[in-house]
Amino acid sequence: MRRLAQHALFWPSATLALLLLVNAAFNPSFLAISWRDGHLYGNLIDILNRAAPLMIVSLGMTLVIAIRGLDISVGAVVAIAAAVAALLVGGGFSADGTAASEYPLWFALGAALLAATVCGLWNGVLVVKAGMQPIVATLILMVAGRGVAQLLTGGQIITVYYPPYYVLGSGFLLGVPVALWIAVLLWAVLQWLATRTALGLFIRAIGGNPDAARVAGVRAADIALCVYTFCGLAAGLAGLIISSNVKSADANSAGQLLELDAILAVTLGGTALTGGRFSLAGTVLGALIIQTLTATIYSLGVPPEVNLVVKAALVFAVMLLQSAEFRALLKRTLRPGAGAA
Amino acid sequence: MRRPLLPLAITVALFVAMAIFGGVRYQGFLSLQVFLNLLIDNAFLCVVAVGMTFVILSGGIDLSVGAVIALTTMISAALLHAGWNAWAVMATVLAIGAAFGAVQGFLIQRFGLAPFIVTLAGMFLARGCCYLISTESIPISDATYTAIAQARIPVGFDASLTVGAVIALAVVLGGMRIAHATEFGRTVYAIGGGESAARLMGLPVAATRIRVYLLSGCMAALAGVVMTFYMLSGYSLHAVGLELDAIAAVVIGGTLLAGGVGYVAGTLFGVLILGIIQTLIAFDGTLSSWWTRIVVGVLLLLFCLLQRLFEARTRSKA
Repeated sequence: MRRLAQHALFWPSATLALLLLVNAAFNPSFLAISWRDGHLYGNLIDILNRAAPLMIVSLGMTLVIAIRGLDISVGAVVAIAAAVAALLVGGGFSADGTAASEYPLWFALGAALLAATVCGLWNGVLVVKAGMQPIVATLILMVAGRGVAQLLTGGQIITVYYPPYYVLGSGFLLGVPVALWIAVLLWAVLQWLATRTALGLFIRAIGGNPDAARVAGVRAADIALCVYTFCGLAAGLAGLIISSNVKSADANSAGQLLELDAILAVTLGGTALTGGRFSLAGTVLGALIIQTLTATIYSLGVPPEVNLVVKAALVFAVMLLQSAEFRALLKRTLRPGAGAA
Repeated sequence: MRRPLLPLAITVALFVAMAIFGGVRYQGFLSLQVFLNLLIDNAFLCVVAVGMTFVILSGGIDLSVGAVIALTTMISAALLHAGWNAWAVMATVLAIGAAFGAVQGFLIQRFGLAPFIVTLAGMFLARGCCYLISTESIPISDATYTAIAQARIPVGFDASLTVGAVIALAVVLGGMRIAHATEFGRTVYAIGGGESAARLMGLPVAATRIRVYLLSGCMAALAGVVMTFYMLSGYSLHAVGLELDAIAAVVIGGTLLAGGVGYVAGTLFGVLILGIIQTLIAFDGTLSSWWTRIVVGVLLLLFCLLQRLFEARTRSKA
């Protein structure tokens, strides 16, 4: 039992289980999964589907935080990717009245991902080559990025009528949401890279002590550049899913506050904000906790606005528990005299 | 010229250049009222940016200020609605803002937490509390508030200032005095320059850091009061993203984000530059408002690169 409690994934899993139990207690059919219209159906599937974009962004963020970085521009990158894709697919119709895509779908999606990757690379260059603090470097794109997205869309919300575009956000493959496939696939690849190749070790080394890692021969600068670029790509992928799900691109509100949710998911998953210690599976659980929390608040009939207060309380609790000073204080309060013995 | 003054000089020169550009290009741009309007329309930004300057000088950051402003407008509107006296409302919200900041400062100082994440959670909390009060906009019809909102202070040449703008100027002057002529100000610079050195010098690091966040929270609440005069309503979506504008103004004003170097006066010019960008775009008429964000982003980039250049030169000299 003690060993179980010390496992890195114990607390995130327990939190998620607790949330699900609370839901099940109030709504017995909450955990039910059925087969409807040729795919899985139920609250849990809905949560998984909605959590997918957050999972994807948070996976990218996990690696950035693991190398002592931070990327607060992901929300803006989501808006840019959505704008590029929606712009290239266009809201047009062909001569016979059916919705048509202006450019081939693969081209539109590819261009959107490319734009997002360039955004990530840009952040990486500012941090690694220009030596800026990560929060400042990504602040620049956070401020300007949404402006760029609005410039692309002309300040309008672009609605897409081309059905194949909807597959990413609301389609199903083998009964499971396509977005979930993408998120799980991404996690599996990253997990493989982090555990079966030296990359995980390198990232831990950089996060633990950048200078020591460099001296030990880790190509810290190159890896950091790749990590930021990947974070941009992940945000772009999430942007495509989000925009596909709402069948439009809104430069102003797409991905709003997503950077905060992503950081929260990473923290909840047990990744240390000081770098070095990270858990990809924990991040996935963290994203699920956030989405389940939202669903819980809705299903309990509490005004959805309370969500922000609950999230704030969660962040305070998690960061205090991560702080060595707080744990020391807690130990002294709970077991007075233990220090003297 | 003393080296830390150079970024400030660049900022002032940039402001003057933009003003001349506007004057040459657009008719009626070079009038006193246009420039006073920069201050009137950005009074709340100016107040909050002065508080942010102290936080950044100490090497920290405060992301909660925009949300604290919104919370202040909400609490003000709700209390006025409940029939409170206007002055009592102002005193109450300032106290709440200061307490909010102090708690954040305490968490950062006592438990060694990252300022960024603490104030992020504070931002969630303050916005969430706004929604708890009401999700709708609450209009304000209190006699004192409307009188203050409509008051105009003539400054000659047919030009005038609002009460909010006067408060902003007073805050800048007060901030300059605190930063450069008090023990507290010196300690803030010392902490930003090097925390362990400041501690070894026997400076009250812990108390000062908490007071820095207290000051920032209090300034955010004061900015909220100024915004309440400006908008005459309380709304949970007031001042969304204002923390970014405030940070941008401080950086453009020449304060190093690493802490320890900068001037409160620079922040005033940072705010004025953000304001003049908007005014230029408004005068042009053909450019859309999102250009503001792009131009601010580009300016942020240039100033950050400039800062890196200064740091690199200082290091190579040392």
